[in-house]
Amino acid sequence: MNDKKFNALLGAAAVVIVSIFAGFVVTLVVQSLPAAKQEGVAFLYGSTWNPVTTKFGALPFIAGTVMTSALSLLLAVPLSLSAGILMGEYLRAGWMRSVLNTLINVLASIPSVVFGLWGIEVVIPLVRTLATLVGAPPYGAGILAASLVLAIMIIPYMSSMTREALLNVPAGLREGAFALGLTKHEVVTGIALPFAKKSIFAGLLLSLGRALGETMAVTMLIGNATRIPNSLFSLGNTLASVIASQFNEASSDVHRSAMMALALILLIITMLAGWFGRSVMRKGMSSYGK
Amino acid sequence: MENDLFVSRYARRKRNDALFRVAVFVPAALVVGILTLIIAQVVVHGAAAMNVSFFFQQQKPFGEAGGGIAQAIVGTLMVLLIATAIALPLSLLASLYLYEKRGRRGAGLLSGSVNTLQGIPSIVIGVVVYSWVVVPMKTFSALSGGIALAIVMLPLMTSMIKESLDLVPASYLEAALALGVPRWRAIVEIVIPAAGAGILEGTGLGIARAAGETAPLMFTAFGNPFLSLNPAGPVSALPLVIYEYIKSPYDDWHQKAWGAALILVLFVLALNLAIGARKKR
Repeated sequence: MNDKKFNALLGAAAVVIVSIFAGFVVTLVVQSLPAAKQEGVAFLYGSTWNPVTTKFGALPFIAGTVMTSALSLLLAVPLSLSAGILMGEYLRAGWMRSVLNTLINVLASIPSVVFGLWGIEVVIPLVRTLATLVGAPPYGAGILAASLVLAIMIIPYMSSMTREALLNVPAGLREGAFALGLTKHEVVTGIALPFAKKSIFAGLLLSLGRALGETMAVTMLIGNATRIPNSLFSLGNTLASVIASQFNEASSDVHRSAMMALALILLIITMLAGWFGRSVMRKGMSSYGK
Repeated sequence: MENDLFVSRYARRKRNDALFRVAVFVPAALVVGILTLIIAQVVVHGAAAMNVSFFFQQQKPFGEAGGGIAQAIVGTLMVLLIATAIALPLSLLASLYLYEKRGRRGAGLLSGSVNTLQGIPSIVIGVVVYSWVVVPMKTFSALSGGIALAIVMLPLMTSMIKESLDLVPASYLEAALALGVPRWRAIVEIVIPAAGAGILEGTGLGIARAAGETAPLMFTAFGNPFLSLNPAGPVSALPLVIYEYIKSPYDDWHQKAWGAALILVLFVLALNLAIGARKKR
């Protein structure tokens, strides 16, 4: 062993990891070709997904993904902001803080399939009751059930990002504001949140990336129907959940290729959410003092 | 008059402050309530499934009561072992690359790939490893499951290990170099041992993260009703049995799904807490 060989070894590992990433893109593009050739651009907006007649359009799943992600963010944002403000502004020390932190960390580490299990036992009956009350079809499973559990899953993530963003607010700003006689409410909404808003927004984007790609809990709760959902209570599928539920039972090569194309779409949108989120995050961190 | 105005404005500000406090505490209490409920239900339902045979017996045929999930516990340990054996050397070398070549274009490319890999949905990892490993081998296997989980672990471990390398004081390396030690030996014998605890923590977190992943295993390890130690054949795993059992029509299997969930959660938590406790010291 010498320095040259050692460096070559490090370089080889770097090449392996970069090629894993490049290989993902290449593999998915190549594997999607048969479906892309058959369907053309219509794959992106076609509303029929029928493995029997081998007609494949991704619109039902794009719609399902957009609906569940949007709805879960809508539910999770206010709750995560509250929890984040509580941890970052009100409970900066003491036993309540450690209890809350531990709880959030525990929840963040619970596997997605366990959330799915919980959703089947608790959320689906709840949604079924609600659906009966409003006269909707009482499936229980569907867009609403999936979005509720998805929201619960991203809360730990989003609230700890909010907490970190608020803890990064320079103490001088906050102390100065208190010294001028501002109330806690005014300090939080007028000083701390505006300062932290970029980092909080970045946290929202990274959470969106998670919601878009979340698979197991959604697969277990959304009802796995291949049509465009038209209400909160309809069954549906997301890009991820249709792959999870149909890939092993693919009835033809085109069917499998069409799912590779769905995976490619999923990869692209989560990559975009991640890149955008990280770039906002970097800007948020470097904005102080400019 | 002016004084009255001041007093009423002050009262309004005080009132807004109190309202804001309520607006923060009430939703946060709701969050705490839901999160506690989930944990409590996993513990209560899961504990009901626990007995000796649950851990040490294999799955009984469809609909037959009794039996356990030994095949899934063994399968999970197997795929995690394979995944760690692949991910640990690779992420250690990659993080050393980032440590040694910081600021160079290659390092930028590598850390960009690592960051992007971190955000890839696990189901996508599943389908890609399916076409990389399962299709050429013509069989589902523990090996392909291990490779899929290694890709899940890699980005997290690489960034954690890189962080712990950065915490090693530069003077350690410089002192060794000043004594005439070749750079590679200084790194292997001084920097890596100094970062040892961090490397261990990163590995632990990688394992904790991968242990609960279901989607990458569905098309790779696939699942197996029997206990199998063959790395070239399909194996079961805890997340896979949770998914499969809860879809079945049997109450006994539903209960076992909760039991498997509790074991999985305890395993992941134990790893996380052990690492958290180390960090605090």
